[in-house]
Amino acid sequence: MAPKVVLVTGVSRFLGGHLAARLAADPAIDRVLGVDTVPPSRDLQRRMGRAEFVRADIRNPLIAKIIASTSVDTVVHASITATPQGSSGRAAMKEMNVIGTMQLLAACQQAPTVRRLVVKSTSAVYGASSRDPAVFTEDMGPKDLPSSGYAKDAVEVEGYVRGFSRRRPDVAVTTLRFTNFVGPRIDTVLTRYFAMPVVPVMVGYDARVQLLHSEDALAVLERAARHHLPGTYNVGADGVLMLSQAIRRAGRIALPVPPVAVPAVARLVRSAGLVDFPPDQLRFLHFGRIVDTTLLKQEFGFTPRWTTQQAFDDYVTGRGLRPLVDPDRVSAVERGILDVAGKLRAR
Amino acid sequence: MPDARVIPLPGLGPATPDESSGTEPEGGTAPSPERGHSEPAHPEPERPEAEHPEAERPRSVAGDEPGTPGWERALAGALAFVRRRLAGEYQVDEFGFDPDLTDNVLLPALRPLYENWFRVDVIGVHNLPSQGGALVVANHSGTLPLDALMTAYGVHAEHPAHRYLRMLGADLVFRLPVVGVLARKSGQTLACHPDAERLLRSGELVGVWPEGFKGVGKPFRDRYKLQRFGRGGFVSAALRTGAPIVPCAIVGAEEIYPKIGDIKALARLLGLPYFPVTPTFPLLGPLGAVPLPSKWYIEFGEPIPTDGFGEGAADDPMLVFNLTDQVRETIQQTLYRLLTQRRNVFLG
Repeated sequence: MAPKVVLVTGVSRFLGGHLAARLAADPAIDRVLGVDTVPPSRDLQRRMGRAEFVRADIRNPLIAKIIASTSVDTVVHASITATPQGSSGRAAMKEMNVIGTMQLLAACQQAPTVRRLVVKSTSAVYGASSRDPAVFTEDMGPKDLPSSGYAKDAVEVEGYVRGFSRRRPDVAVTTLRFTNFVGPRIDTVLTRYFAMPVVPVMVGYDARVQLLHSEDALAVLERAARHHLPGTYNVGADGVLMLSQAIRRAGRIALPVPPVAVPAVARLVRSAGLVDFPPDQLRFLHFGRIVDTTLLKQEFGFTPRWTTQQAFDDYVTGRGLRPLVDPDRVSAVERGILDVAGKLRAR
Repeated sequence: MPDARVIPLPGLGPATPDESSGTEPEGGTAPSPERGHSEPAHPEPERPEAEHPEAERPRSVAGDEPGTPGWERALAGALAFVRRRLAGEYQVDEFGFDPDLTDNVLLPALRPLYENWFRVDVIGVHNLPSQGGALVVANHSGTLPLDALMTAYGVHAEHPAHRYLRMLGADLVFRLPVVGVLARKSGQTLACHPDAERLLRSGELVGVWPEGFKGVGKPFRDRYKLQRFGRGGFVSAALRTGAPIVPCAIVGAEEIYPKIGDIKALARLLGLPYFPVTPTFPLLGPLGAVPLPSKWYIEFGEPIPTDGFGEGAADDPMLVFNLTDQVRETIQQTLYRLLTQRRNVFLG
């Protein structure tokens, strides 16, 4: 079944907005409705073309009227986010993530036209600890339930989504557990983190990081919106970067922070307006997280085009991050030393 | 002498990392003749060559021309390594294994301990397959798990294919700062079913110490008495993947830190499984961390095949128990045999 009327939440953000734009570019889809509390940027609006922007709060029952009156058949819930918008802070983010999802699901449950639901979740639902296996498959759960923040939101959201799919077995529900996004244009906690000239890291720990290029993320969301692919899938690129390695590839300098100073540094970085690193994601910086993407490739039928390294390098070049230590200079020094060595031998 | 250990490989740096890298503590001296193996320049078959695209550059400088002295090759290799590290130009796998760092820093750092301090003799290395998955099961002892490190070094150094032993460790290892990072980078991962099976399925040589803390932290009077072999989890992992089990007996590790006491209160305070008291620790403070120079033997026994038991064998507890016992008995018998052959703890 090809979708006729698609509703996308969170269109003022990168993924929601660009997904709406991609779907709007397809003439086979009659209507694309984009919902968010704030309008997308002008540039994003231009890209979205014929997609209609509906300024609505998914926490408000009004969303049910929109879905019913436009007979939406496919809902893409892409507004679950780790980055609080504006100054409203984490409480508002949680409201938006959890209460928004509840309202949206309630509205979908009432609407007989809805046949497909795509939820953008996160691999943060697996947590991050020393007791976890190296690679998470979809059937695994976290060792300790995340106690706060984005990961907890996502766990709760997935719980409500499971409840919804029990009550509406006729709706195909696709839950996508994304790894961290990078890309030249997307703005996430990690892209801001690596853009800092001096990057604070946990002393004595080095996380394994799996990334996903934002274009691959869009392609996955689009594929889920277009095709009947129910189930829960991990979505991440192939390959692994160590956090220290990524920092070096970006030409940044790592600043090891001892555990006692971590809250202070996190506060400092937040108040300087650089990165708002939620406490729950600090655990991610200790251990990192890798997910298995066999199901994505074999059942969902998608292989990411960028590997983790390529995606990261694309982000670095796309952002124009200038390395603090020029690699050419390193090679020059190396050549110099070897020349001297050669001369010593010649004598 | 140094010429003998350079094999020019396309795409690889001119210096083979093991002997000639500048990070190696002995400084590239000629190999001592009493060593059983002559280290014929690691060709490193496991590393894809695309990993070092930059390696061309220093080679053109250092030159492959004959007559380049070994130290210069070593210097070029070390510089190329430093440049790769600075630029982040290396690969890690999903477990966090970093072959570049392992070959150039971590394994060479273990060499003096392996060759000069414990003078490890490895027996039966032909029992390890040169490719495909296999599960090495060994006895655990020594208060600190140096036996695991030595086995990993021994497998890499003495096996013709220079395979890496991917060991399964307790979660404590990965919780500790620095230790956990080094463990992951050298290819170890958490002892759990998913990781064990994932490694075995991808054809890795996996090492497991089923006695765990009970083995490594047992009192000195119980030396060479195998403890309970966990719950046989390693056997079911091998059965599920059809990987052969290679029993491995380690003699010598029991004597490195004779644990004559245990301060339980301190252990609980620090969150450790035990707080050892040895004749030198904590009496001599940091000096107590120097292990006694016992002579070691590591013997790999004949592989026990696990692929002939059919579907669902891993879910048959009786079969799992029997296999576990078989492996345990084999190791215990090998230990006794090695011990009767040993005349002196320190001289062998």
